Formats: sequence, structure tokens, C-alpha cells
Amino acid sequence: MTKPWDATSEHLLRELAPQVLGVVARRFRDFSAAEDAVQEAMIAAFTQWPEKGVPDNPRGWLIQVACRRMTDQLRSEIARRERETAVAAETEHLASPLETEADMDPDDTLILLFMCCHPALTSSSAIALTLRAVGGLTTAEIANAFLVPEATMAQRISRAKQNIKASAVPFRLPVPAERGERLPAVLHVLYLIFNEGYASSIGPQLQRLDLAREAIRLTRSMNNLLPENTEVAGLLALMLLTDARRAARTGPDEEIIPLDKQDRTLWDRAQLSEGIALLTAALSKASVGSYQLQAAIAAVHDEAETVEDTDWPQILALYELLKRVAPGPIVTLNHAIAAAMVHGPAKGLELLRALDRDPRIAGHYRLDAVRAHLFEKMGDHEAAIKHYRIAAALTTSMPERNYLMTQAARLADD
Amino acid sequence: MKYILMMNTMRAGNGVPQWPQKDLQSHIAFMMALNKELRESGELVSAEGLAFPDQARLVRAGKNGAPVTDGVFPESKEFLAGYWIVDVDSAERAYVIAAKASAAPGPGGAPLNMPIEVRPIMSGPPPEML
Repeated sequence: MTKPWDATSEHLLRELAPQVLGVVARRFRDFSAAEDAVQEAMIAAFTQWPEKGVPDNPRGWLIQVACRRMTDQLRSEIARRERETAVAAETEHLASPLETEADMDPDDTLILLFMCCHPALTSSSAIALTLRAVGGLTTAEIANAFLVPEATMAQRISRAKQNIKASAVPFRLPVPAERGERLPAVLHVLYLIFNEGYASSIGPQLQRLDLAREAIRLTRSMNNLLPENTEVAGLLALMLLTDARRAARTGPDEEIIPLDKQDRTLWDRAQLSEGIALLTAALSKASVGSYQLQAAIAAVHDEAETVEDTDWPQILALYELLKRVAPGPIVTLNHAIAAAMVHGPAKGLELLRALDRDPRIAGHYRLDAVRAHLFEKMGDHEAAIKHYRIAAALTTSMPERNYLMTQAARLADD
Repeated sequence: MKYILMMNTMRAGNGVPQWPQKDLQSHIAFMMALNKELRESGELVSAEGLAFPDQARLVRAGKNGAPVTDGVFPESKEFLAGYWIVDVDSAERAYVIAAKASAAPGPGGAPLNMPIEVRPIMSGPPPEML
């Protein structure tokens, strides 16, 4: 018995991939081989289901195909190693595929996430591995999303898997104490995936995977698994509230449109309400973390019907909290912008001076871009033009560079 | 056949062109349209714009193999602003694309006629020789 293949089927496959991988990896205790086996099962599903229909128990089908593949691989390896030994004896202890349904565990996706976002991995490896293992994407899709050749991405993923193997991380859910320690790394990887998608949603978009939506999907499933964790909810809210502005962020020529110039009627109202509801629920619980605060700031912007309606004093207060919870140069920079909106540009410029001595941001284009903006507000066009041009020379983002050069040219025209 | 089209521009200050806003915008729009056209014709392999030359460093290996970095030569008048790699049927087609890019509008909307260096990209050995 089967159901016809339709628009939701591909989504279903992606949802199932990490669950299947979790089962197979846990049973065979070999993450790398399990990953390959699950990819093959996914490919089999992608080629067979559209024609033959979606099986009644798609998860069972995938587990069965992946386990069969694992068994075949084990068999050939065993055969290679010791041809005399009876294969039957070796494979006896492997559970039959039908039993696997019983040990399905919703935590498998979580285990995978914790494994892929292991602190031993570089963030680029962790991102790639997460998208492949948890997101169920193909190497080609991931390579395409990051605009690197497929061979490069395949190598990055295989090296990441080797590192996991070498680090001997057990395939199990981290104990609560460990979990608290590792959760920030997992959230950070999801945040980076989102940012990558958000930043690259300008520029050549053709045939590129939507990383921002992928990050939202993964964070949403994490939020379902850890509903009590307010930082996970905060991160999901932050993504939804930021992504809701997507349609208004770029103009017809893919040029950047800053927040204060956006057509707010283009914002996705449904996504905004979902983000605000999530955030409100999270804020009513105990501790307030950095993702919740960032989401709260995004929410204040999103709730303003017009730029003039923006509640800057509230944003300033939230940045002051954020400075205490998660201090860093970017937070100081944004805090200075909020202070300028409340107390005037001179106050903002004064706060920026502290950053000149901070090696993490001194010489970064954003520092000059913000200065240029504040000088412009003060009416000092000469200084504004100078800093817009310095920022344009420093940025490595083409749309940002175009935006900053255009700002300098606009003032110079007057 | 793959070709690289290297766009060289004259150096001015830190590299940021100081043109009127309207001219800057038409230049950017022209480049975006050209890339879109090449993507849609299936000829574009890659196109990259490079950061301005004051961000460039000249690197050599020191005695122990550690990188020794240097600023760029102040005397160089031209710099590589960006490049396209295209996969086209003939060298002539690559030249046509290069000429089009060369005529990108500059100040006052006049064509810049920038020099574009076109060079064939070496291919690997044919499959049967591997």
C-alpha cells in the first residue's frame, strides 16, 4: 500500500533523514558508515517513490534499506578479512530491520545535532556536517549553497567525520551537565547557518539552497525536542523575526535596503506573529539569555508600523541588558546606534571611540559604516563621505560595497 | 573551452570610485545584468569581484616557511578588480563578452573601455589518459 508522491513528500524525506541516521548509527556504532548508508537509502527513495508511490511506513522503509546496505557492507568487509568465517555467524547479532521501529527514539535527532556540532570541529565543518546528517541534504546541495565545488565540500564533510571518529565521542545523548555545556555550540552552529543564508540571500540566488529556511527548520525541530529550553525558543524567534523582513530587504537590482528604508507592508505578518508569540512565552519563563534578548530587539523593530514609531528607548534598554549578558564588540556597536537614536549622534560617536582600541573590530568595515551614518545624521557630510568610502574599501561583501559607495556618492552629489 | 576574463581598472585613492550616484548605480546595474545574462546563457562558470587593492598583501615564505607579508606596490597604476570564468564555444565568443564588459558605463555614462585580459584556461588530460 502506498500514497502518491506529492509536494510534501520531499519535505517528509528530509524530516526522516536524521531520525533514520540516528537509528542506524546507534545500532551499528559507526557514524560514518551509517551516514553513507542513509544517503543511499535517501537516493533510493528519491528515485523510487515518485514512480512507485510513498510507502505506508516511509521511516521503516528507509531504515530497512539503510540497514540492508550496512549489512551488505559489513558482509563484504568480513568476507574480505576472513573468507573462511561463516558470514551467518557474524551477521546473526544484527537485529532484523523490523525490530528497528521499536527502538525509535525522538532523541536520535538531538544526539545527531550534538554530535555534528561537537566543539572539536571547526565551525565550517560543523555546519556542513549538520546540514548533511541532520538536514538530510546532499553534498551537492550544500556545496551549491556555499558556492564551493562539490569535491571541496565532500572533502570537508569526510574530514569532519574522521575527526568525530578520532575524538571517540560516544554516540549517545550528552548527560544533562554535558548538555548545558554543549548546547551553546549547537545553537551557535544553527545561528551561523541562518546568518550565512541571510547574508547570501542577496547576490546570485539562482539554484541556491535556502539556508535561512533550513536553519529555521532545524531550530524548529530542536525547539520541539527541547520545548522547555528558552534559549532554543529565543533563537527560533530571532530567526523568524529577522527572516520575516526578507522580501523588503533588497530592491529590484538586489541592492540592500536598510531597515529604516524598508517597505514594512512587505514584511511577513504570519512569521512575525509566530516569532512574537514564541518570544513572549520564552520571556515569561526564568532566565533571559542572549538569543532571547536579540529576538526581543528584533521584535521591537518589527512591531513599529513606521520607522518613526520605533521604540528606541526600549531597544536601548535591551542592548544595555545584552551588553551585560553577552558583551562583545558588535553588541557595543549596536548599542551605540541605539544610544544615538535616543540621545543624538554625538553620544553614539562617543561610545564608538571605545571600539577603536578593540582589536576584534578595529579596522572592520561596520565600525566605519556606523560612524559614516552618525556623521551624516549630525550634518557633517564631509566626514560621512570619508567614512562611507573607508567602509566600502574594507568590506568583502559586494552588495555592502555597492551600498556604501552609493551612500558616499549620494552625499557627494549634494 | 574555458577562458578567464580579467578586468583591470585604474587605481585612484583606496580604489573606491568617486563618481556621481547616478553613474555609480548604472555601472552596478550593468555588471549585475551582464552576470545574469551569462548565467542564463549557461556560459558563466564563476564571476568574482575582488576587494580593493589596499586590502591586498604580497606574501612570500620566510626562512622557516612562515608567511612574510608585504603591502602592495604603491607604484602599480592598474589593479585586478575582478574576473569572470566563462565556458564558451570559441575564443571569439570570449572576446565578445570581454568587449561588452569593457564598455561598462563610467562617469557621465560614457563607456570605460577598460582593458580586459582574456586567456584560455588549461584543461586536464582527456579521460582516457588518466
